[in-house]
Amino acid sequence: MFRLEARSSTPAWFNLALPLLAIAIALLLCSGLIAVAGAGVVEAYGVMLSASLGDSYAITETLVRAAPMIFTGLAVAIAFRAKFWNIGAEGQLLAGAVASCAVGAIPMPGYLAMLLMALVGAAAGALVALVPATLRVKFKVDDVVSSLLLNSVIYYALMALIEGPWKDTFSGYPISPPIEDSANFPVLIEGTRLHLGVIVALIAAPLCWFLIARTTLGFKIRVTGENPEAARYGGINVQRVLLSTALLSGALAGLAGVGEVGGVHFQVMSDISPGYGYSGIVVAMLARLNPLGVVPAAIFLAAVMTGAEAMSRATGVPAFLSDVIQGTALLAMLVALLFTAYRIRRVGAS
Amino acid sequence: MSGRTERGASRHPCQTKLDRKANCYQECPLVTPAPLIEMRGITKSFGAVKANEAVDLSVAPGEILGLLGENGAGKTTLMNVLFGAYAPDAGEILVEGRPVAIHSSADALAAGIGMVHQHFHLAPRLTVLENLLIGIPGKSGRIDRAGGLARLKEIGRQHGLNLDPNLPVSALSVGEQQRLEIVKALFRGARLLILDEPTAVLAPSEVDGLFAALRSMAAQGLGIIFISHKLNEVRALTHRCVVLRLGKVAGRVDRPASTTSAEMAKLMCGHEIVPPTKEASTPGASVLTLDGISTSGHGGTPLRDVSLFVRSGEILGIAGVSGNGQRALADVISGMLRPRAGAMTIAGKAVAQFSPRELQGLGLGRIPEDRMTTGLVTNLPLADSMVLPRIGTEAFSRKGLLNPAAIRAFAEAQIKAYDIRCPGPTVRAGALSGGNLQKALLARELAFDPKVLIVSQPTRGLDIGAARFIHEKFLAMRAKACGIIVIGEDLEELLMLSDRIAVMYEGRIAGTLSSTDATVARLGLMMTGAEGHA
Ligand SMILES: Nc1ncnc2c1ncn2[C@@H]1O[C@H](COP(=O)(O)OP(=O)(O)OP(=O)(O)O)[C@@H](O)[C@H]1O
Ligand SMILES: [Mg+2]
Repeated sequence: MFRLEARSSTPAWFNLALPLLAIAIALLLCSGLIAVAGAGVVEAYGVMLSASLGDSYAITETLVRAAPMIFTGLAVAIAFRAKFWNIGAEGQLLAGAVASCAVGAIPMPGYLAMLLMALVGAAAGALVALVPATLRVKFKVDDVVSSLLLNSVIYYALMALIEGPWKDTFSGYPISPPIEDSANFPVLIEGTRLHLGVIVALIAAPLCWFLIARTTLGFKIRVTGENPEAARYGGINVQRVLLSTALLSGALAGLAGVGEVGGVHFQVMSDISPGYGYSGIVVAMLARLNPLGVVPAAIFLAAVMTGAEAMSRATGVPAFLSDVIQGTALLAMLVALLFTAYRIRRVGAS
Repeated sequence: MSGRTERGASRHPCQTKLDRKANCYQECPLVTPAPLIEMRGITKSFGAVKANEAVDLSVAPGEILGLLGENGAGKTTLMNVLFGAYAPDAGEILVEGRPVAIHSSADALAAGIGMVHQHFHLAPRLTVLENLLIGIPGKSGRIDRAGGLARLKEIGRQHGLNLDPNLPVSALSVGEQQRLEIVKALFRGARLLILDEPTAVLAPSEVDGLFAALRSMAAQGLGIIFISHKLNEVRALTHRCVVLRLGKVAGRVDRPASTTSAEMAKLMCGHEIVPPTKEASTPGASVLTLDGISTSGHGGTPLRDVSLFVRSGEILGIAGVSGNGQRALADVISGMLRPRAGAMTIAGKAVAQFSPRELQGLGLGRIPEDRMTTGLVTNLPLADSMVLPRIGTEAFSRKGLLNPAAIRAFAEAQIKAYDIRCPGPTVRAGALSGGNLQKALLARELAFDPKVLIVSQPTRGLDIGAARFIHEKFLAMRAKACGIIVIGEDLEELLMLSDRIAVMYEGRIAGTLSSTDATVARLGLMMTGAEGHA
């Protein structure tokens, strides 16, 4: 017989081992689905791997996809550290996209446009995140529900915009007018889509780590998340910390939208985000809320997404498998997290 | 194993199934009965720490066994092994002479072992009756409310454990919640009841009620294991004691009633505990003054026109039955609650904001009543908790950037200075024992030489040695001209420490006595509101 027993401390190598374990379990479980779909498991995963990381172009494509998830993953990781349950990164991303697209469409020198796009996009995301945070701080409204519901509000507001007043008169499709060419983010490697925003995302992760680990605001975020009562007793303004966290988190999610507009799509359409905001939750959990862990976790999910499309083409397994892998990875990670607090012990039947 | 039934347990008629064994033993004392439960050679390690090492222990029906030991001696661990929370590394457990395998609390309950933890396991939104019935299927899977109600009434009547079945648990006092935990265990058929420091959360007046109930249960043949750091309680209640030290049995006491507290303390600590000496001191100017403070909008009893002062080099004790405004007083002084009316000055400066930061800046040190929830962040490294109130100051950060080296150095220095037993500053604060946590909190305040110190229940849950250490630190601060307010329920502790004692009654100061006039009897009278004194 086996049973769970509380453990007092978690070995450091768990931080690495648990996500890997979760990913392995997810891939193992999904191999069943691949088999059911009638394809060879090894072959299918092989296609996924080579299509996502097999050559330098594939790698740049994966990185381009990872960038928005690095931002949303950071947004979620920082929010969750303070136990501000921001499920609204998707809506914040969309708000950032809309705002930056509006700015990018104004003619002005390119670098000024990019800077303004980033600032305005981040501000838009921050404002959106401020809504559930304020509701929670002032009226004790559950932030999970409010931030989640706000996603739909923003999504449909965006739809109303691009179906209505903002509709691209040139093409007639429900998409916004494009941003100025000069505002397009520069491509770093000729012949790929690797844009400036990807580098910014890669730099943002260590900056966020520094913020959490090495600044007084980060200290306050950590303490507030773990024990708001002790934080208040220690003289920390808990409400202000929650609001600051929300602003920061929303700004990061907004930057995800900025990158998609400035570096990938150059305009806003209804499917500008295939759920990057929600994937951010998976990324943050796989990273165990550590900003440095967000980068590999986001790259993993991005590889699954790009790989799944190629696999679908090659083997006929539906590309939805990527969503299933994400979902099972999250579930496996949540279960694996149990082992940070508990160990399994064999108890003799004697 | 002698002298087991000299008190209470004899002469009680056999009424229930529970005391079959007890009865047999009382009628034919020459036949040694199987003990109700027996633990043999229990060893349990956590990594390098041997929490229990070859511990033998047994409880007979009708016996109240005291389990003593310093903080971290392994009492809770041993009881958790018995209750199935931990699997022992070695050793066996016998119930009525038969070895049993206890792998979970369900196994323990099935074997007739019930436990009242220090932190209760109740569902706050459910009623008393519903909490009682959780996990107990009635006939055909439906919950048997009527049957539960009848049993609740019966248990209440038998042992004086009365509870309103329809109240939600969130509306119960701590004492009532504890009563519910005991009733829950009895309801599930416990024949052995483990109580882990049950009196630490009770007001002295509630302790008598608990003891009466425990004696009544023992008289019916229940075995009881009672853990407490208060030796006078142990001497008054238990029939026999086992003393643990560093995980091993350090001694057994066969007649606690006729053993002195000093002897028991020596068994626990391995050396004598001498009471600290209080030097005479001449108090200086007032360092903290409250003038007509009233509060509202707070969970507990509000303050009504409270005025008091502490001078430098003086300890002011605040006595009172808990719930008479002590919480509000501590909250106002420590900056957690803004008063509705009145003024407060610290070292002559008026307090404007009543925020923790302002008060700290004025030279106030604070040690909260609840170490685990208010004082520390259990899931973060100890060092974080030790610098928490002053993280924004030059000592630990500059321009919003932390100074990890300074934080670590500070924590290490305090760990050394206060002999805080822990693996180091990066250990989870929650892994420390109560006494060490209290030392850490004391260290974080005293390191900044406060002019005034406010503490609530400073030695609750601490062993004698640790309590003595805390007392000595208070007296040393007093000698260094710090003014100290000690809010407490332990009158003997207050009498020993204080220069003056103020008594709170219904949110007011009922009177203040100098230490030369104060006696337990007189304070007790004032605490009931009977005697006013200015
Ligand atoms: N889950 C755990 N993991 C690691 N160490 C533990 C754990 N539980 C207890 N310990 C350690 O085992 C020892 C015994 O702890 P225990 O809680 O049993 O002491 P105790 O006698 O109940 O003390 P107290 O009087 O403070 O309640 C201590 O050194 C403690 O730090
Ligand atoms: Mg204990």
